[in-house]
Amino acid sequence: MPEIRNYTLNFGPQHPAAHGVLRLVLEMDGEVVERADPHIGLLHRGTEKLAESKPYNQTIGYMDRLDYVSMMCNEHGYVMAIEKLLGCEVPLRAQYIRTMFDEITRILNHLMWLGAHGLDVGAMSMFLYCFREREDLMDCYEAVSGARMHATYYRPGGVARDLPDIMPQYTESRWRSKSNANKMNENRQGSMLDFLDDFTVRFPKLVDEYETLLTDNRIWKQRTVGIGVVTPERALQLGFTGPMLRGSGIEWDLRKKQPYEVYDKINFDIPVGTNGDSYDRYLVRVEEMRQSNSIIKQCSEWLRKNPGPILTEDHKISAPKRAEMKGDMEALIHHFKLFTEGFCLPVGDAYAAVEHPKGEFGCYIVSDGANKPYRLKVRAPGFPHLAALDEMARGHMLSDVVAIIGTQDIVFGEIDR
Amino acid sequence: MPVTAEQLLERLQQALPAEVVDAANGQVCVDMLCIDVAPDNLLDTLQVLHDDPNLSFKQMSDLCGVDYATFGDAEWSTETGGSASFSRAVDANSIGTLSFSNNTGLPDSDQPRFAAVYHLLSLDHNMRLRIRCHAVDNDFPIVPSVTGQYACADWYEREAFDLYGILFDGHNDLRRILTDYGFVGHPFRKDFPLIGNVEMRFDPIKKRVVYEPVSIEPRVLVPRVIREDSRYVSDSVTDNADDAAEAS
Repeated sequence: MPEIRNYTLNFGPQHPAAHGVLRLVLEMDGEVVERADPHIGLLHRGTEKLAESKPYNQTIGYMDRLDYVSMMCNEHGYVMAIEKLLGCEVPLRAQYIRTMFDEITRILNHLMWLGAHGLDVGAMSMFLYCFREREDLMDCYEAVSGARMHATYYRPGGVARDLPDIMPQYTESRWRSKSNANKMNENRQGSMLDFLDDFTVRFPKLVDEYETLLTDNRIWKQRTVGIGVVTPERALQLGFTGPMLRGSGIEWDLRKKQPYEVYDKINFDIPVGTNGDSYDRYLVRVEEMRQSNSIIKQCSEWLRKNPGPILTEDHKISAPKRAEMKGDMEALIHHFKLFTEGFCLPVGDAYAAVEHPKGEFGCYIVSDGANKPYRLKVRAPGFPHLAALDEMARGHMLSDVVAIIGTQDIVFGEIDR
Repeated sequence: MPVTAEQLLERLQQALPAEVVDAANGQVCVDMLCIDVAPDNLLDTLQVLHDDPNLSFKQMSDLCGVDYATFGDAEWSTETGGSASFSRAVDANSIGTLSFSNNTGLPDSDQPRFAAVYHLLSLDHNMRLRIRCHAVDNDFPIVPSVTGQYACADWYEREAFDLYGILFDGHNDLRRILTDYGFVGHPFRKDFPLIGNVEMRFDPIKKRVVYEPVSIEPRVLVPRVIREDSRYVSDSVTDNADDAAEAS
């Protein structure tokens, strides 16, 4: 009679379903997972240590590269921690711009998640649909900052520049005929807000499209209903935040509970799940996309009516305008000091948290009064989520592990930092 | 937030024994209360914070290590620039210029060097609390593990151990988590050079990956400067300055 033994299976780090560089050591009993031991750190770049060697403003760009599918939300958490310590005011228009771009980022993130999760579970077409809309939002990133992904757009005291009046255009090329390019440029003739308004009108129908493909899909439900169930008590114990916590039925959203920027002036709802399984978390995220769409619409409406400053006038923190610099000695000194040395923060500690698409993204800054942080700790939402993988995957089949990694919305840039 | 830091301090004073939270202990920084707790009291304190219905800190948002070895040290302290440019005036033995060959270590200090910092969140009362726990011994920093109170502390403590070498007593799986397999040292310590100690490459002759001492030079592009900016100098400092001005 053959001897039956548990065996150990190595999963990743080079595996398409490992969402980057996750290495999982799985102890299997047949096809059932007995224990999952995630090995992380393959993407560890020491962002926090690097931040200790740079002036505050130079670290904003590193924040984009933490969770590289929701770039501006990372910047937001970091910039807010600095503003807290400085006690500086952010102009209202900048607050609206930040709110709007946070929500654009949320849709970007959820589309990426939906596409990748669908692909993991076997719905190839989802990936193609989701990336179609990501393209439009990436163009908004490009219009406002010049970069499609790593924008470095937020600044302590506001944002880098005002919303542009033009959108980037498609050009004729070997692959794209002139008439085709013109057709693609049709909704890009006006300002960025015009383009975005056009998007917000189109987007709810597109979400319906995704839902037609998945929500009542038999295979999708077989793969997600009852998979990776987390009770509300365990979710709190395990440090879950964001859709992972709301999927378990706890109504907790920093945008509502500890409002920052202008979230207290905007109407939106928080979707909450009931069963705490992968399917509920899917529903929560899809509804969040619809809510984000409505927030973008409200912000865009306000931004059209209210022009104004987008960066604080305090030139100890923000650089003076170039033209001003040419004529004013003091502006020149401010400019020189800011770019050679940066600004100093008062001695103290600050923790600022934003509702990132994945959960609570917090930045803890310890300052000793210098122009560089003494210690920067990034509280990445994915870190406790992945830590709970063992508990969530125990007793499930090997193929469900992939679905659980998918539902956790894992991105290694933020977990490994 | 509906509960202010002062109200929270009052609640803490009611719930916790006097030696844990006394009048001197609760500093409010910006909008958040921070209390220092000795390692011996940490577990009992967290248990009360977790269970007391007036506090009910059910979630631990974050746990991190901090190394206070060079707190308040600037790299550039000349009053005048002189003929040397800004970056050349950097102190040659500063933390930013550390490398494997000139790493003489940090001067001995009586001050506690390592601390574990906990950020707690109460969803019921919508408030946050920061707890700082300084390890007593600098050479062998040890702090009790809070995995019994908060399950998510597991990985956070592994991370703090990996990056700072803080040991968590009672943690049942204190392995490295972020650094490479077989890594030596604790990279986030202030006496660990930013450029690292070893670099890795694939050797085509040996047909395997080899580790060598780093070949890059450390350099400081923007020195660390501490400015006594008048806007942020606390009241006590300005008072003293005023007294001094009057005396002269």
